[in-house]
Amino acid sequence: MSSSNPLRDPADRRLPRIAGPSGLVIFGVTGDLSRKKLMPAVYDLANRGLLPPGFSLVGFARREWANEDFAQEVHDSVKEHARTPFREEVWQQLVQGMRFVQGTFDDDDSFERLRETIGELDKAQGTGGNFAFYLSVPPSAFPVVIRQLKKHGLADQSSGSWRRAVIEKPFGHDLKSAEELNATVEEVFAPDQVFRIDHYLGKETVQNILALRFANQMFEPIWNRSFVDHVQITMAEDIGIGGRAGYYDGIGAARDVIQNHLLQLMALTAMEEPASFDADALAAEKTKVLGAVKLPQDLGENTVRGQYAEGWQGGEKAVGYLQEDGIDPKSKTDTYAAIKVEVDNRRWAGVPFYLRTGKRLGRRVTEIAVVFQRAPHSPFDHTATEELGQNAIVFRVQPDEGITVRFGSKVPGTSMEIRDVSMDFAYGESFTESSPEAYERLILDVLLGDSNLFPRTEEVELSWKILDPIEEYWDKHGKPAQYPSGTWGPVEADEMLKRDGRSWRRP
Amino acid sequence: MKIDLTDTTASKINKALVKGRRAIGTPAVGMVLTLVIVTDEENAYDALRAANDASREHPSRTLVVIKRVSRSPRDRTKSRLDAEVRVGADAGTGETVVLRLYGEVSDHAQSVVLPLLLPDAPVVVWWSVDAPRDPAGDPLGALGQRRVTDSYAAEKPVHELRSRAESYEPGDTDLAWARITPWRSMLAAALDQIDCEVVSVEVAGEESNPSVELLAMWLADRLHVHVRRAVSAGPGLTQVRLETTGGPITLHRSDGAMATLALPGQPDRAVALKRRETSELLAEELRRLDPDDTYASALRFGVDRLGGIPSATQRAEASARGPESLPVRQKAPDPDPAPSAKTSEPALSASPAADSDSGRPTPAQMPPVKKADSP
Repeated sequence: MSSSNPLRDPADRRLPRIAGPSGLVIFGVTGDLSRKKLMPAVYDLANRGLLPPGFSLVGFARREWANEDFAQEVHDSVKEHARTPFREEVWQQLVQGMRFVQGTFDDDDSFERLRETIGELDKAQGTGGNFAFYLSVPPSAFPVVIRQLKKHGLADQSSGSWRRAVIEKPFGHDLKSAEELNATVEEVFAPDQVFRIDHYLGKETVQNILALRFANQMFEPIWNRSFVDHVQITMAEDIGIGGRAGYYDGIGAARDVIQNHLLQLMALTAMEEPASFDADALAAEKTKVLGAVKLPQDLGENTVRGQYAEGWQGGEKAVGYLQEDGIDPKSKTDTYAAIKVEVDNRRWAGVPFYLRTGKRLGRRVTEIAVVFQRAPHSPFDHTATEELGQNAIVFRVQPDEGITVRFGSKVPGTSMEIRDVSMDFAYGESFTESSPEAYERLILDVLLGDSNLFPRTEEVELSWKILDPIEEYWDKHGKPAQYPSGTWGPVEADEMLKRDGRSWRRP
Repeated sequence: MKIDLTDTTASKINKALVKGRRAIGTPAVGMVLTLVIVTDEENAYDALRAANDASREHPSRTLVVIKRVSRSPRDRTKSRLDAEVRVGADAGTGETVVLRLYGEVSDHAQSVVLPLLLPDAPVVVWWSVDAPRDPAGDPLGALGQRRVTDSYAAEKPVHELRSRAESYEPGDTDLAWARITPWRSMLAAALDQIDCEVVSVEVAGEESNPSVELLAMWLADRLHVHVRRAVSAGPGLTQVRLETTGGPITLHRSDGAMATLALPGQPDRAVALKRRETSELLAEELRRLDPDDTYASALRFGVDRLGGIPSATQRAEASARGPESLPVRQKAPDPDPAPSAKTSEPALSASPAADSDSGRPTPAQMPPVKKADSP
């Protein structure tokens, strides 16, 4: 893209960032993620006028489809899941660039056909050789697809064009496999052309953490060990494993969620101010925090894992994990994990970060709660402040995005009685055009080559270094605690915090 | 929830707002700005609906100022303020107060609006019709950081653009400018893709649509080349053609929805360029509250420096010759000469006012240089 374009002006802030000529190839296009998130996100981007004219979408899957069948499938999923209203003219723009390539991952012919399709799109749609390959495939298929892309010259960037790889979690299942995966991918794609999707980082509220912390004066002075008592990061789901038994068993909640989402959220909450808002500066600060994470000495006392047992979740009867279809009744896979870590630097020394995640918990919620110390001295007598808890700032990541501040306030009418109140802030409800779905933001960033919101190789590897010792300990000691479906996890987790004189927030 | 107040004051309205908020059980306020809509009874409904839609993105307190015209001299001296306070589901996301001003108080609307502004939050003033000549100098406009006009709604859009340029103050903006954002971004994207130099430009669109002029002025201002403004049947903007050293770039839209982008050496591509709703335009305006320098610069380029616009004298001749010379949009130019032709009819007072009101709002400003060529 030429920077000398006379119509571009940094002061002209109405003009959105439109991706240059490009296309997106989705492997595993018949999967759930693709139908529910990727295709609607592509449509929503087009509807907001952010995709380049001639943008092309190529589906690759085993199914015997013609281009029209594929277009129909996209049409259906867009109608059902897209965030913005369906508009025929936008659809007409998109459908011209839709292609489907039938084949399996180990089939050379189909990759040859994919190459021809891309060549044809360059001519017909003017995509200019710029393609992103979205690997929405099981982890076992990663290396195969990557090698096929290399073998058929699909990853070769010719002059002025780019080829990018987009990969989804899991990024391996431990440090060693993550390193292998990174080596495989980076053998074919340059490190700056590899985009690891962590959809939480595309959420407005998560980006707002940085705005809130670094654009304001009133929060940063108290964002340290002198004022913060502890931090709780929660990601709770109310569903079970559903049909994902094959993927989930043997992986578990900690690897599935803590390793990527929760540690990323922790890094954003705890990191120092980056020198600028560009990708390198952000990655440098996140890497520093993740590198400073220290695990407790006694992992038995400071980690908890659990499995959901039979119970009632939100008015529906739910089976236990061990009774789910396709799960070994003796499985030791965790569906709930809670760990305590510390960040060993000047800002955070001695402040515990509690991370927890689980399936079949009370409700679906993700939040970061920064809980502050009590006031060092209270002029009020004990009975007046009996009901007063600790001040807290809570980032509600989903489903109701926003920020909550909790502080004490006098109860009206009483002589002096102080109790907790919550103040909610919600900005940009999710049904507006300007508050995009995380996937929209991330796909656009991939097409623009903007890697701010994507974790890098080092971050992934550091995260595994944090989690690996815990997984090893769990392998050797004990088995998961059982918790009834629809509750907030096993009692062991409550006891874990109680030992520290604290308790979990009810999110 | 709705509370009706008759013959009231700003402090009573404030009390009603607090009462309404308590009654619906959400005493906390998360609103990010105050939007003042200045309009008339005819346009109030549409303007308010657009504002309510936009409030989903920008939760706001919306104050609708409606100046009621009194029919008799006795009523004109009597001064009265009626208000309708809406909170909760009746008001989008936020609160709405519809203010109806009768008699003398309608000349002092700012005294009603000022006490109702949200503390500290930015204020945006939007004239959905009948914007003043000098928005920043207007007593209501002076309350806002951002003043939104809509020259599309004006009787004589091109005149309107001239006076916007003369009275421009940072913070002024126009919905006719917001309407062309998709066009501008598509043209910028087109030039991203091709390394070439633009030699000349032609912008075509329906006649009385100031967005066409604004787009042409923006292109002329940025590209420093000759830009011709051509007239077509519409709807809205229909075509931009950039002659470049690498061949012509055209962006053509004939049906108001679907456009074709043609770049030299590349296949033609379909682009969705829908004409957007007022609520979307307003939401775009509210996204940025800092001065829009690009708009200022395009506006200052001057509508009279565009090529291809029939000059005012030519237009007068054209309309004198009768309708056949302008087959498509014969209706539009009609009202222009009408006021002078038809004898003074009070209903048409808006038009002559726009022509000769240099005395009314801002006596000190506006050296009428640009108007020298008017008939």
